[in-house]
Amino acid sequence: MVRLAAFGGVYSNHLALAAVLEDIERRGADRVWCLGDLGGFGPHPDRAAEILRGAGISMLRGNYDDSIGNDRADCACGYTDPRDNGFAQISYDYTVARTSSDHKAWMRGLPERHRIEAEGRRLLLCHGSPRRVNEFLWESACSDAFLEWLCDRHEADVILCTHTGIPWHRALPSGRHVVNVGAIGRPANDGRTGVWYAGLELDGGLEVEFRPVAYDHEALALEMEAERLPAEFAETIRTGWWTTCLENLPVRERRRGRH
Amino acid sequence: MSSPALSILPRQPAPRGESFPLQPLLHLDSLWIQVAGTSCNLRCTHCFVSAGPGEDRHALMARAEVQRHVAQGLALGVKEFYFTGGEPFVHPEMLDILADTLPHGPCTLLTNGTLFTERRLEELRRLGGGARFSLEIRVSLDGPGPEEHDTFRGRGAFARTLEGLLALEHHGLLPIVTATQGPGDDALELRERYVRMLREAGLRRPRLKLLPLFRLGREAARTRGYQAVETLADLPPESIDPARLQCSSCRAVTSRGVFVCPLLVDEPAARMGRTLGESLGAFRLAHGACFTCYVTGMTCGNA
Repeated sequence: MVRLAAFGGVYSNHLALAAVLEDIERRGADRVWCLGDLGGFGPHPDRAAEILRGAGISMLRGNYDDSIGNDRADCACGYTDPRDNGFAQISYDYTVARTSSDHKAWMRGLPERHRIEAEGRRLLLCHGSPRRVNEFLWESACSDAFLEWLCDRHEADVILCTHTGIPWHRALPSGRHVVNVGAIGRPANDGRTGVWYAGLELDGGLEVEFRPVAYDHEALALEMEAERLPAEFAETIRTGWWTTCLENLPVRERRRGRH
Repeated sequence: MSSPALSILPRQPAPRGESFPLQPLLHLDSLWIQVAGTSCNLRCTHCFVSAGPGEDRHALMARAEVQRHVAQGLALGVKEFYFTGGEPFVHPEMLDILADTLPHGPCTLLTNGTLFTERRLEELRRLGGGARFSLEIRVSLDGPGPEEHDTFRGRGAFARTLEGLLALEHHGLLPIVTATQGPGDDALELRERYVRMLREAGLRRPRLKLLPLFRLGREAARTRGYQAVETLADLPPESIDPARLQCSSCRAVTSRGVFVCPLLVDEPAARMGRTLGESLGAFRLAHGACFTCYVTGMTCGNA
């Protein structure tokens, strides 16, 4: 049996990251992967980078890491709504100015995808989708036919992705799987202050468990306020409801949220 | 099939030996189905497909015909479906077609929002609430007030559309309002005006998608068509990222065949084939609308 723990979207939430890594340590995992987007949204971006690198966790280069690592002009999240882009730019400018050059160099060198062979299955780890780093794979917006095509096209039996911030798992008619492991940097727009990551067990079959992790979210919100990050961001941390960057959220996921 | 009245087709300047970029279909993400053809209960003065009552250039599509295209799309790995017209709710089997399709993938319905009955709203709520895929309803507005909207769509249309939007939200359908961003409009300011108006009208969670102006159909007659300078002719191929254009990931089916995108269904050169299987080839980006898409980076899709 192979046990894999995977998460994405740390968004500088160093307190949630530390809590998630503790939970993984307690439950045990053969491999641990962060699927990218270490910065943005939260405070003090170097703290999360130090925790992750200090723990020796493998990481993919998400769109955010690519932008920060290369000092690009924006996060390349792919929004078109000027309000979302305005908030995204505030986060981005804050993050890029406070990420050390050593961490930037490390981000530049991260892989965009990673393949694992385990228990006879081909796992493909990516950030947005196997074909595009900033593609949003929302559960309600992807037909089975499309996900099967992604698996065919990219020669994978299990695709792991993140980028959207809401975890889901689809067992496809062919027996293959797509798992969006969620993000640990902000709540999953579910009215809970905790965050989610994914535990996978491969043993003939594939078991996927989304694990809730509580952390000191109030301490994070206070840090964000002290850093003068937008009040809308701290509100999300305190309430579990997204307030910004909602543009792409499809109706089914949106209905479960508040804004 | 009889030929349409050619006088209303958009006029495309004849190519004069220029070379136009060749656009590949990278993957069929979005399948547009012009289920209502060009039939509509309104006759808007700017309609880019020149739809209206009695307009039958593109006919209503039979339910079985839609099912056939949906099945072909699924075989190609399609991600999502869009239903358009004309006005989809002039199709007597629109709800049945949605019920057929929604179990297979996300569906978006593009409507003018004036034909909702309580029965239709209840059925949409039931379909949208019961499916594992999203059922998106998109409603067009042509101005943040009746004076602009009704100029295009006829007196009273704005009020009826707002009523429709409120009813949709009340039924949990959280509609997306689509509006046109004119050449002189500031996106942020326009968005704020719409959102403010929608909130004041009682919408709690307004969603808005802005589209650029396309000089097609009646709009070309109302203002002007494309000019010779609005072209992608002779653009170096390396300067074009195919993924920037939605035709790298969509096709549009009507009763008359499969077209490269939902905008160019009246362009003979944009007809890619009779079936989806025949329509997977490259498309020459020779139309003025291709210039608009390229310059604005727009997509007709939701995101």
